[in-house]
Amino acid sequence: MTAEKIREVIIDILSDIAPDEELGDLKDEVPFRDQLELDSMDFLDIVMELRKRYRVQVPEEDYGELTSMQSTVTYLEPKMQECQ
Amino acid sequence: MYDTVIIGAGMSGLAAGIRLAHYDQRVCILERHSTIGGLNSFYRLGGRDFDVGLHAVTNFVPKGTRKGPFARLLRQLRFRWEDFALAPQIGSEIAFPDVRIAFGNGIEVLESEIARCFPAEKDNFQQLLGSIIDYDELNQEAFELSTREFLGKTLADPLLIEMLLCPTMWYGNGRERDMDFGLFCIMFRSLFMEGLGRPFAGIRLILKNLIRRFRALGGELKLRSGVDHIKVENDRAVGVVLDDGQQIEAQSILSSAGLVETMRMCEDVSEVDESRSGRLSFCEMVSVLDAQPQDVGFTKTVVFFNDSEKFTWQRPEELVDLRTGVICSPNNYGYTSEEGQLPEGIIRITGQANFDQWESLSEPQYRVQKANWYDRMIESAVRFMPDFRHKVVATDMFTPKTIRRFTWHQGGTVYGSTHKQLDGATHLANLHICGTDQGFGGIIGAMTSGVAIANHCLSRQHGFSGDRSAENNPY
Repeated sequence: MTAEKIREVIIDILSDIAPDEELGDLKDEVPFRDQLELDSMDFLDIVMELRKRYRVQVPEEDYGELTSMQSTVTYLEPKMQECQ
Repeated sequence: MYDTVIIGAGMSGLAAGIRLAHYDQRVCILERHSTIGGLNSFYRLGGRDFDVGLHAVTNFVPKGTRKGPFARLLRQLRFRWEDFALAPQIGSEIAFPDVRIAFGNGIEVLESEIARCFPAEKDNFQQLLGSIIDYDELNQEAFELSTREFLGKTLADPLLIEMLLCPTMWYGNGRERDMDFGLFCIMFRSLFMEGLGRPFAGIRLILKNLIRRFRALGGELKLRSGVDHIKVENDRAVGVVLDDGQQIEAQSILSSAGLVETMRMCEDVSEVDESRSGRLSFCEMVSVLDAQPQDVGFTKTVVFFNDSEKFTWQRPEELVDLRTGVICSPNNYGYTSEEGQLPEGIIRITGQANFDQWESLSEPQYRVQKANWYDRMIESAVRFMPDFRHKVVATDMFTPKTIRRFTWHQGGTVYGSTHKQLDGATHLANLHICGTDQGFGGIIGAMTSGVAIANHCLSRQHGFSGDRSAENNPY
């Protein structure tokens, strides 16, 4: 899966979690929490949805990598290479 | 073999079921009653629909609000705001003999009312608001502090303290006399900083959406399936045995039956600490009117009344305590023009009641006392609202015995145990509790409780702690 596709996947997950958010304006380099009204419960959902949809495991020590869209995509790229 | 068996199909059990099933667990909810809802349910009597439990959904926020418990719950359950279709209250009141404080949705009305009635307390009240906003709801130590002590240090006027305690205790306090500070903050925010709402169709709408979603995710619901006991092997819960002897195996169990009630089910527990089971229960009467409540002059959504300067929150000696109560009407919400108005007027009046007293009555005495206290409760309430008795066309009433009969809560409690278990943990690693005894209040709180404990179980299962305090969680 390409970086671009991974970004779409994350947007899709975010739009499921928070359907009322304007995700079109999301800035990739700005932390999610500065732009979206998400709390720790929602954050866990990003991890769980990745696991549910693509069987991607994000160990707890790597949570910090999922801070912004940019860091999330960079982090997931090697992990999701084989994903369709 | 199920991944999780959930005991109880109330708000918390259903919400937990949705979360677990959404993340591909095989889930079965077991409910002893013939219908869902638990403490917040509905019934039909004499051709009319009645709600039980729900006065108002607290934590109301308008569509588009992204902060707060209600918005978070919608995200967690993947519902849209429209799915709950909450109409806002039209205005409520705390009524004491010489002072009435109005409040609406959002803190502004309450703030100006306190400035009007208690001008000397204006700054103290702002300080109180600050403390309430800062309170962290998952800190067990701060949770159990004394609210009376805290308010006594923050506010100077004892009457204002009593007036703030009255609604917050009424809508969620299982302890007598005092209240856990954590619960006070949760109730204060949900009642005064957020607000009250109600779906036009009542609690049915919320329950229908919950169960439909649960089933769509592959969840199973078994009604008339009470759990007789929880089977325990080598310090692990391995399944449940139903009242009819049927055995159901599960990897883990989530119980919304109550803390003491759940401990009693565990076959490895021989002694249960009964002192923690609550002593507070209610009577509630409902009157159907052949007029809208506003036409008889009742223009409030909810009125919390108390007939002296001192608010007493404890089990009464008599069958019902007439000194304090809650009056509410489901008609008095801002429904949309498409929804219109409920066809008949409904007024409900709730009072503190003594379970043991009601339980000890013979069947004929029970019926006589119900009729007797129905009259006395109205008589007490009309001191704080217009008299509506000439408009009554039908009535019904529940007592602590009714609550016990349909929820199996020991002592007919509504707000459960005096002790809240915020992390849902029990003596067994794979048995958790959710619902009333976990610690959140109200309908949104009950569902949030189910979600929070389900998340906790999912996290453990996936090998991460899922703790809010987990250092790496960037939120």
